[in-house]
Amino acid sequence: MSARMNWMLVGLAVLIGAAPMIMGIEGEYGGADDRAKNVIEESGYQPWFSSIWEPPSGEIASMLFALQAALGAGGVGYVVGRLHGRRERTK
Amino acid sequence: MHIMEGFLPVGHALAWSAVSAPFVLVGAQRLTKTLRERPDIRLTLAASGAFAFVLSALKIPSVTGSCSHPTGTGLGAMAVGPAATTVIGTIVLLFQALLLAHGGLTTLGANVFSMAIAGPWIAFGVWKLAGKLGAPAALAVFLGACLGDLGTYVVTSVQLALAFPDQVSGFGGAFAKFASIFALTQIPLAIAEGLLTVVVMNALAGRHSKMEIRA
Repeated sequence: MSARMNWMLVGLAVLIGAAPMIMGIEGEYGGADDRAKNVIEESGYQPWFSSIWEPPSGEIASMLFALQAALGAGGVGYVVGRLHGRRERTK
Repeated sequence: MHIMEGFLPVGHALAWSAVSAPFVLVGAQRLTKTLRERPDIRLTLAASGAFAFVLSALKIPSVTGSCSHPTGTGLGAMAVGPAATTVIGTIVLLFQALLLAHGGLTTLGANVFSMAIAGPWIAFGVWKLAGKLGAPAALAVFLGACLGDLGTYVVTSVQLALAFPDQVSGFGGAFAKFASIFALTQIPLAIAEGLLTVVVMNALAGRHSKMEIRA
């Protein structure tokens, strides 16, 4: 598959993420996980265990999420680069 | 799809842990065996783990007006096998439970079952089936990753409906309720995950060579 095709697929994925805002769909855009949690809490359920550690603030939580994504992106980039280099050498 | 810490009754939490534990153990065994026999798979394995890390960290807005995240486990299922991917997914979920208060230890078993067992096996099965039916390699990869992602969220909805059946409409009503939160939100995200998985699979296989990794 051509490089151009790959970029088109990436572009399409980005567009899917942006679509709700472009289409002007109203909503809080909170997490689906939290919505499910609220539904369960409305039924009167009391959680019997809570997280042993929580990020002290939203900033720290988003830093950790960014770190998770950065580690992953670095890993994918490293492997793709190495395989690319290996193929160039054996050509 | 993360069931939050403490948000499954004790019996359900224990049952899902008991169901998932053997998959994780067998997956770990399979993984060490594969690594010994085929050390060259290390890079593919690293890429699969890294991809799951990125995708499950991205909370993406959806047409339902709420956000959710892809799972990223379809790539691993097709590139290194569903059993090994169970180990990858478990590590991601553990990272999120311990450092991000996202998911939890009591619900780890249930979350591992949906994201690291059901998702990868669905992805693997769909990919193989599509390949057998003569679908082009890229389409088979897309369908596998897309339906594996969606399947994960359907399983989460089933798990929650079993634990919290509706007082009037029972399991069915509760499933409809949770599926409308999870599965519906997930449809566009699952499509995006399918597209990105095709791109990374192409990058791993090399754009000049034919797909090394085929169904």
